[in-house]
Amino acid sequence: MRRPIPVTWRASTMRQPYKSLDHGRSITQFQTIELHTVGRSTHRTLDYRHPTMAGPDYLEFDTLSLHAGQQPDTATGARAVPIYQTASFVFRSSDHAAALFNAERPGHVYSRITNPTNAVLEERVSALEGGVGAIATASGQAAMHLAITTLMGAGSHIVASRSLYGGSHNLLSYTLPRFGIETTFVDPRDPGAFAAAIRDNTRALYGETLGNPGLEIMNFPVLSEIAHRHGIPLVVDNTFATPYLCKPFEHGADIVFHSATKFLGGHGVAIGGVLVDAGRFNWEGSGKFPTMTEPYAGFHEMNFAEEYGPAAYINRARKEGARDFGACMSPTTAFQILQGIETLPLRMQRHVDNTRAVIAFLKEDENISSVSYPELDDHPDHELAKTLLPKGAGAVFSFDLNGGRAAGRAFIEALGIFSHLANVGDAKSLVIHPASTTHHRMDGPALAAAGITQGTIRLSIGLEDPQDLITDLKRGLRAAKRVKQ
Amino acid sequence: MFVEIDGARAYAYTGARAPVTGQPTVVFVHGAGLDHTVWTLQARYFAHHGCNAYAVDLPGHGRSEGPPLAAIETGGAWLNKFCRVIAHGQAVMVAGHSMGSLVALEGAAQAGSGVSALALVGTAVPMPVAAVLQHAADADDHAAYDMITLWGLSLPAQVGGGPHTPGEWLTASSLRLLERSGPGVLGNDLRACNHYEKGVQSAGEITADTLLILGQLDLMTPPRATENLHAALAKARRVEVAGTGHMLMAEQPDAVLEALIDLFQGAAANSA
Repeated sequence: MRRPIPVTWRASTMRQPYKSLDHGRSITQFQTIELHTVGRSTHRTLDYRHPTMAGPDYLEFDTLSLHAGQQPDTATGARAVPIYQTASFVFRSSDHAAALFNAERPGHVYSRITNPTNAVLEERVSALEGGVGAIATASGQAAMHLAITTLMGAGSHIVASRSLYGGSHNLLSYTLPRFGIETTFVDPRDPGAFAAAIRDNTRALYGETLGNPGLEIMNFPVLSEIAHRHGIPLVVDNTFATPYLCKPFEHGADIVFHSATKFLGGHGVAIGGVLVDAGRFNWEGSGKFPTMTEPYAGFHEMNFAEEYGPAAYINRARKEGARDFGACMSPTTAFQILQGIETLPLRMQRHVDNTRAVIAFLKEDENISSVSYPELDDHPDHELAKTLLPKGAGAVFSFDLNGGRAAGRAFIEALGIFSHLANVGDAKSLVIHPASTTHHRMDGPALAAAGITQGTIRLSIGLEDPQDLITDLKRGLRAAKRVKQ
Repeated sequence: MFVEIDGARAYAYTGARAPVTGQPTVVFVHGAGLDHTVWTLQARYFAHHGCNAYAVDLPGHGRSEGPPLAAIETGGAWLNKFCRVIAHGQAVMVAGHSMGSLVALEGAAQAGSGVSALALVGTAVPMPVAAVLQHAADADDHAAYDMITLWGLSLPAQVGGGPHTPGEWLTASSLRLLERSGPGVLGNDLRACNHYEKGVQSAGEITADTLLILGQLDLMTPPRATENLHAALAKARRVEVAGTGHMLMAEQPDAVLEALIDLFQGAAANSA
């Protein structure tokens, strides 16, 4: 008898899919192996007999940040990623055209669906997250929309954390219900609330690695177990953490997306998003996702689970969502985001280091009633942060300023280095007042539930000299104190 | 589609096409611990270009029932039963990858004129398996999947940016597919490869046009390991795909497809 199909494949082995191997030195079949490296003319030799060599291993994060998804351009030898700023691509023949349209050959047809520059970004983010594939989108919101609409349609339901980016909250609360998709919001720290809110028509659990603005940490191991027990995937917005700080797929998440505008790009010059598929969810075992398991009349009766196996979801997203919704990324934007990703490991560590320095300062100021950051002992998710975010809990955090809204206004307007704007994850430090901006559509109870007060200030710590940031904050705090007095 | 072989349901991907009487039949066979999805691009092409294409799931793999076949010889016999069911006694063209190439080789030797063309992709005879890999696979240890992924994909494929499906990360794709294999399946398959000793003898019995499609950077079945096989085959050619490892269909799907088109169109023309 055929073994029962688990909802996720080999869950017991998913924790460390990229663990290092120490078996290589005992390989006997091949002893000395020459490999072509990325360049055309260089070689290196791997000698498995060498006693100090640990054997073959996966490329590390820093290397992938620079190289994943790209070979030197075959036509020109260009080392940097070329910008293929073209809408369409010439077919070699009529048969080649038909084969591309019918998914018989890989290749590019039209840049709304695939583009060579975008493909580098997609492969690179897949590599960094550990997914089977990705799609670059026009924005993080577009990535979120594509993530959801690939999974479900009218009559479906989502259980989501209530501590979300305001734009995500808008989509789930106000816009998707118009298209028949409802969302129940729950306390991100209460896994039982997620489980209790799941209905027959629920098709995803949803949340952010680091909640906005309270930095609630999603308990991926627990929530993914709940999701999989109910035959649904866990969808995660990993924008605040980036894969440098946390890889949700290693902890059970099934689908991840980013606003690439933020830390991935890091420069604040381009709007973009990326949707990534872990490739682990068992769509056929679940039985709740006909978009993946039944023939699709819109694409030659293709059954995506049958056709693509682990990559069913991301291929459905591309062949339907990218094609029909059309929220594609510009190739120039993809290039710009890639420039940022090349330095992602260096930048994220500096973001975290600066954040720690700023928080240490703020914690000592008498005008601040509270600072919320998971690395602080009094943060409710302090222990979870050690497990899921061991390198750091990001560079966005909030604090409550005594004196309410007026003090907050004075604080922000006195700052000279921090920029007052609606963004996070820039190389430059940013500040905003959530209650009057990003979360202004939320009423009082909703704000309170999300941990936002009239005095809450959100900072996104950049890459400046940390002492300059602290000096700037001192200016703001003096101004706020004058209002209070 | 499903057919019944030896009382168990056997699955084959057909490119969402129903078979057409009179068309040539092409059968694709996957490697150890894998399933039909390694062949879907190429199978889909032939399914939409005048062939009845079947990318099988061997017993105990993918959607096919039954325990995995313990020996390459029984795999060849099973493949021939499958071909008789779907081709109704007509000669078929067969492509096999890695372990699947040995199954295809053995099946072709057993079938005689029942196989009109044979593509052996990422192949070697013998096909020894490193003890460390066998031990890990026998223990269902994830390290086995890691080893196959690291040795199976060329370094360029691990870096990415090759001529594969845009946006796909082949390293994770390889791992996810292997992670789907049932308990003991990979260990069984690798042992079957390791114990298969009559490859050269079987090759000498094959009369079909045969094409060896090899990866220049293949660490698992390096091109140099095909010399005995090539010499034993009566009508064999070889194609070495530059810059490619063992997972040729994923790393360079078009190069593999072009080689298959060359072989199968020639065979179909000869039999017409």
